[in-house]
This record gives sequence, C-alpha cells and structure tokens, in this order.
Amino acid sequence: MSDAITYREAVIRALGDELEADERVVLIGEDVGAAGGVFKATEGLHARFGGVRVRDTPIAEQAIVGTVLGAAVSGLRPVGEIMFADFAGVCYDQIVNQMAKYRFQSGGQTTVPATLRMAGGGSLGFGAQHSQCVENWFLQTPGLKLCLPATPADAYTLLRAAIRDDDPVIVFEHKALYGIRGELRDDGLPIGAAEVVREGGDVTVVATQLMRHRAMEAAEQLAAEGVSCEVIDPRTIAPLDTATILTSVGHTGRLVCVQEAPAAGSWGQAVIATVAVAGFELLDAQPALIAADPIPVAYARTLEEATLPSVERIAAGIRSAIDA
Amino acid sequence: MSEARWGGLDREALLGLLRQMIEIRLFEDEVMKLFQRNLVRASTHLCQGQEAVPVGACSALEPGDTMTCTYRGHGAVLAMGTPLDRSMAEILGKERGVCAGRGGSMHLADLTVGAMGSFAVVGSHLPFACGTGLAAQVMGTGSVSVCFFGDGTTNIGAFHEALNLASVWKLPVVFVCENNLYGEYSPIASTTPVTELWRRAASYAMPSARVDGNDVLAVRAAVASARARAAAEEGPTMIEAMTYRHMGHSRSDPAAYRPEGELERWMQHDPIATFAAALPDHDAISEDDVEAVRHAAAEAVAGALERALSWPEPEPRHRFDHVWAAPA
Repeated sequence: MSDAITYREAVIRALGDELEADERVVLIGEDVGAAGGVFKATEGLHARFGGVRVRDTPIAEQAIVGTVLGAAVSGLRPVGEIMFADFAGVCYDQIVNQMAKYRFQSGGQTTVPATLRMAGGGSLGFGAQHSQCVENWFLQTPGLKLCLPATPADAYTLLRAAIRDDDPVIVFEHKALYGIRGELRDDGLPIGAAEVVREGGDVTVVATQLMRHRAMEAAEQLAAEGVSCEVIDPRTIAPLDTATILTSVGHTGRLVCVQEAPAAGSWGQAVIATVAVAGFELLDAQPALIAADPIPVAYARTLEEATLPSVERIAAGIRSAIDA
Repeated sequence: MSEARWGGLDREALLGLLRQMIEIRLFEDEVMKLFQRNLVRASTHLCQGQEAVPVGACSALEPGDTMTCTYRGHGAVLAMGTPLDRSMAEILGKERGVCAGRGGSMHLADLTVGAMGSFAVVGSHLPFACGTGLAAQVMGTGSVSVCFFGDGTTNIGAFHEALNLASVWKLPVVFVCENNLYGEYSPIASTTPVTELWRRAASYAMPSARVDGNDVLAVRAAVASARARAAAEEGPTMIEAMTYRHMGHSRSDPAAYRPEGELERWMQHDPIATFAAALPDHDAISEDDVEAVRHAAAEAVAGALERALSWPEPEPRHRFDHVWAAPA
C-alpha cells in the first residue's frame, strides 16, 4: 500500500488541508507549534501556516477551550488541542457548561464551529491519569458531537468534518493508534454514520478505536471456529447511528459491545439499552458488554493488560453471547 | 465650562449616558417587582448602584466591538444597546426574549449589538473574551472586547489563565473588574489578601488602573484609553472600577452582613444622582433637560415592560430547537 499513511499523518493532513482551505481555521494548544505536538500530530503545520494561525498556548486548558469557544462565535473555525484527554477534567466547565450550551442558551443566535482534539486511551503504560478513554464523560451533555476515529481514514475524514461542522465537536484520538497505517478515502462517511467494517451473520459486535482492532482480531479467530461476526464501528457516539446497529441486530439476533472504558454510564451501555428498548424482538439472546474493569488504569503491564479488554477476552465474550 | 470636565462629550452624548443609567436602574427596579409577583423564576442578580461601570465602559466602544459580562449583567447588556423590551422578555422567559427564553436573567446575550453573553459560572467568560480577541487579531478587524467581572472572580483559576494568555498574545481585550466589595456575601478582605485588585495585573505585565466606578465619565475615560491601546495592538489592560451594589447578592440575600452606615455612605455617592446633579453645570444642559431624560427613561422602561408581559411563552414543542445547528 504505497498510499498508506499513519493515523498521525492523517491527523496532520486533515489539519493542514483545512488550514489550507479556509483561512478562518486556526490551531491552538500546548506545544502544537514549532514542537509539533507531544504526539507529533501537528508536525510541520507551524512552519507551513505561521505562528498567527498555529500557536502554542500556556499550559492552561481552561484558557484553551474558552478561547476556542470565543473565537468560534467571533468568525473563526478554531481547533484546540487538549494534549491528554484526561486533562478534559481541568476544563470540564468550559466544555460542558460553556461550549456545549452556548448556542442553545443564546436561543440559536449563532453557530459554534469549534473543534477540540484530545488523545485518549490506554495500553501504553501511562498510568491512571494519562490512559483513560473519557468520551463517556460527555455523553450526558447535549450539544456536543463526539468522534472516535479508529483508522487513518477516519482520523482524516472525521477531523475534517469536525472542523467544517457548525457545532462543537470533540475528536478523541487514540494514543495507541497514532502509528497504525491505512489508506485515506475520498468518500468518507459523515459524522453520525456508523460503518460496517466486517460483515457476518451470527453476532453484531460494536466497537470503537483500539477495541475495534481487537474485535476484528477476535472475529478472525472466531471465523476459524465457524462463528461469523458482523463488526460495526459507530465512529461517532453523539450522534449515534442506532439505525445501522438495529439493522445488523435484525439479521444476527445477537449484540456485543466492546469498549475500552469501564461500563458505568457508557456508550456501550447506551447501545445495549437502545437495542433492548427499540429492538427487543430482534434479540435471540441477552446482549453483552465487554468493557474495562471498573478500576483506574494501573501502571504495571500485567495490571493494565488485565484491566483492558484483550483479544482473548473479547473472543471469549462473543463465544458466551453465541452460546447464550 | 471646560471640555475636559465632560470628557469631550457633547450635550446629547452626556444626556444619553444619564438616560442609559436611569433606564438600567428602573429596569432593575421592575425586575425586583416582577420577582415579588413570582413572574421571574429562580434567582436574579441586580446591579442598582453599579450602572456607571457598564454605561461608561460601553460608551467608549466602537461599532464591531464586543462585550462579555457576568450573571449580574442586565446593565452591561443594556449598555451595549440591547432592546429593553426583549431583555425584559428574556427575564420573563418569553419566546421573544433576546435568547428566546432559553437563557433567562443570568444569560442575556444579543450578538447583533456585540453583547456576546452573560456567564453564570464565575470566571468562565474571561477565556471566552480571549477568544473574541484572538478572532479580531487573526482577522485584523481592529475590534476590541471588553470583559466585565466581579471582584470575587480574581480568585478563580480562569482569571489567571485568561489574563496570562491575553497578555502573552497581546490580545485586544479590556478587562473591567466591577469591585463592589463583596464576593457574594463575603467582604473582599476576608477572601483576598491583596484587596487592591488592580495590582494583580502586574503579574501579567499588564497595565492596570483603579477608577471611581460610580463616576461614569471616569470609567469611560479609562476604558477609552485601554481600548485605544488594545486597538493599537499593544495588548490588554485591566481596570478596577470601585462601586457598590444597593441590593443583596441575589433575591434571597438581605445583605445583613454590611456594616452599619456603609450603604448610606455609598448612596451619597450614587452614580446617577451625582451625574444628574452635575450635568446642569454644563452650558447647554438645564435641570429641565435632566427631568426630561428621567421622564423619557421611565416611559421607555414602562412601555418595554408592558410589551414584554404581553408576549407569549415558548411553545414546549420547540424545546428541541437550537441544541445543534446541523443535526446529523
């Protein structure tokens, strides 16, 4: 695949293409400028677009998010980077009380074309404050769009769509995926559309980001055992494409959600609840949620690997759902 | 009479400042009465006594400039030129309110006049003001953003983050601290070791000044000079305007914590009474002119109130509007 690029390069390309296409786009964040970001996901953009439009902020997440919001309603289409997604806790008010509600609270006087990027996810040994998948923190807040790209193609497509969107969008990048390779597509799906990434007839497996890749591995193993998995990547959890999931469950009769975050109050639980309410008659067996254990992510390899769903654990969970 | 005393303003402009201050005072008095009739929900934070700060500051702005303020923001939003009737309608929760009834007393906004919002989480709008400043800077519009906040705000983290960022990026923002001596119920000295709040700006290499916030012309002059500095790309300024709220923090607060005689002393320095008493010193302004302004302001507020009360409440079926601009 000569055209294949990494997830990291896809992020850089999406930002670069939007900075190029629209002079209202600016990028701010900690070390996003000359340093190119701690994950190198903004590399080269400062040199290309200059310090007015690509600028380093102080280590001040409230200032980053508030500035993005104020700029978004004043004529720019800003992108703010929150380095580690865990730091969303530092600026939670700015995201959920200010950015998410600004349009509604003003009675629709303006749009809020703001984008936040933040790198989440575990498996790399960063410990409890730098390994979380925090997307579920925002599920209870109407007004936000939440994107979870798993591939270079989606990292590119969803980030560009986020910047072009007239609503506040958070794009959760996954630290463990920055190095994976894949091809970009011109016909990427929009925000709010799930993708059926593997067709199958026995069970619907819904998974995002790192868990999508592990679910695909599990599906390959299970195929050798004669179990056919249909794997769906929702890509965005707000809005959530329940129609694609319900259609799939309609022909598989079984549902398994796989997520890297703990179960409580999560999108995986929401998907299961939605299918149970809207498609109860479609189910031949009880749905299952394979999630992180309800504990903080430990530093030690043995502990972290046991906490997050592994390929083996996912395969075992799907087998149980099939046997149920 | 010297031009300097009147800040270079002519008769119409001076009477205009008086009228705005009186309108805000009467508007707040009406909001208070509406409360007593249970027509305003939850809480409200009135600004009687503080009118000279927003009126003086906003009079120094140019078209295209923007303003952000706090939940004690009725006066600031009106000072930007937001209509009285649609402001009152918002506080009454009406569909024709400036925010279609979605915001209420604590969240008045009218983007058509640059009133970008009233923010009810203390300090949350200071970073927002940096964003409006960033947009002006990147787009080269030359516009400036004024940001009002209370004395208590100087102790929350967002204050520090925003002033630091504004200064290091030289953003065109004028930070105006409305120091009314109390953070909710607590005297400023009980929560803050450095009570001369203007001194905080030195930490950010930001020029700052303390002014008499009950002197509308003094506030105007300070903001005009800060505005010029911001527009010249020299960066932000912080102004501490000393003032006093006649009412409690909110409707449930009788302000029993005030030392005896304090309110009375400040009432002697009421921004409207002192300005109204001074204006007839102007060659072209008579006491009758001042009376005429009082009368016109009262009529304007009464008419606005009557209209606002007559307008309908939002239809429940429209409650899903405005969450997203472009639902997927």
